[in-house]
Amino acid sequence: MTQSAGEIWFIIAGLGIGTFLIRFSFLGLIGNRPLPPWVLRHLRYTPVAVLPALIAPLVLWPEAAGGQPDLPRIAAAFVTLATGMLSKNVILSIAGGAATLYLGLYLAG
Amino acid sequence: MASTGSRSAFWLGLSHGAPFVLVIVPFAVLFGVVGSEAGLNLAEVMGFSVLVIAGASQFAALQLMTDNAPTVIVLATALAVNLRMAMYSASLVPHLGAAPLWKRALIAYLLVDQSYTVGHARFEKHPELPLSEKITYYFGVVTPVFPLWYGFTLVGALVGKSIPPEYALDFALPITFLALVGPALRTLAHVAAAGVSVVLGLALAGLPYNSGLLVAALAAMATGAQVELWMERRVK
Repeated sequence: MTQSAGEIWFIIAGLGIGTFLIRFSFLGLIGNRPLPPWVLRHLRYTPVAVLPALIAPLVLWPEAAGGQPDLPRIAAAFVTLATGMLSKNVILSIAGGAATLYLGLYLAG
Repeated sequence: MASTGSRSAFWLGLSHGAPFVLVIVPFAVLFGVVGSEAGLNLAEVMGFSVLVIAGASQFAALQLMTDNAPTVIVLATALAVNLRMAMYSASLVPHLGAAPLWKRALIAYLLVDQSYTVGHARFEKHPELPLSEKITYYFGVVTPVFPLWYGFTLVGALVGKSIPPEYALDFALPITFLALVGPALRTLAHVAAAGVSVVLGLALAGLPYNSGLLVAALAAMATGAQVELWMERRVK
């Protein structure tokens, strides 16, 4: 991280204000007007559209392993995702992924 | 259960919000740890958790800042993660839209996945409840959630730097995000959106300023929306 303190606080404030405006949008400003269906249809997918693209390079090319694919990390990612899909339980998924990672790192020496 | 009075509306909300403590506490600790490991000082870590209070977008911003992405890209990507809250805001209007402005502002500040999900479900089930009870219930739901979010971010930030590298904390972030994405893959449209997101996220990883991430996210949103349309037509 090479940002100056000013840049860091600019990001914190910008993200805080921007996020508040998104939350306040309809409750505070726009009121009781329905969103067009096509907008709702896109908004529904924002988390599953943004997060996977952010994670995929971190899983396949982790910096801590020199940017090379690393079996314990890939296995941990797979277990986390599969547990999440099957159990719908966030904490259980994190626990499963962490256990797989530590076991993998231990076995890999 | 119909109208129960203000006091019990608060306690009912509180009891419905209590289970989220199990999610909030580890998530908050993790943000504190990862934030201070990434080089943020205590005030900056707390600034995120108090001013933003949206874990996934805070982690996204943190990752991009670690990659030294430009400020514009950090903000655009992290805000994109929070766009779904516009949908939450819209669907609470029929229930809470008549509240005084300062209460609506407070409700908006406290609007997160958990408070939305629980609050909206109750209001849809009991639309006849008076406005004051709906508001009290909502504040009951968030009461166990927010102090713990702040407090455990602080705990994480304080212990963060003392955790040795053998614990592979670099991978805490991908695991947390994957744990959030897994349960969200409810329909074919969600799976398709996530698939496009992964493929384009990898293919465009080399683009300057991490701009590939935004392109991948927009294409994935469009994919999800389109697949949803196809599925609806097939059903009809």
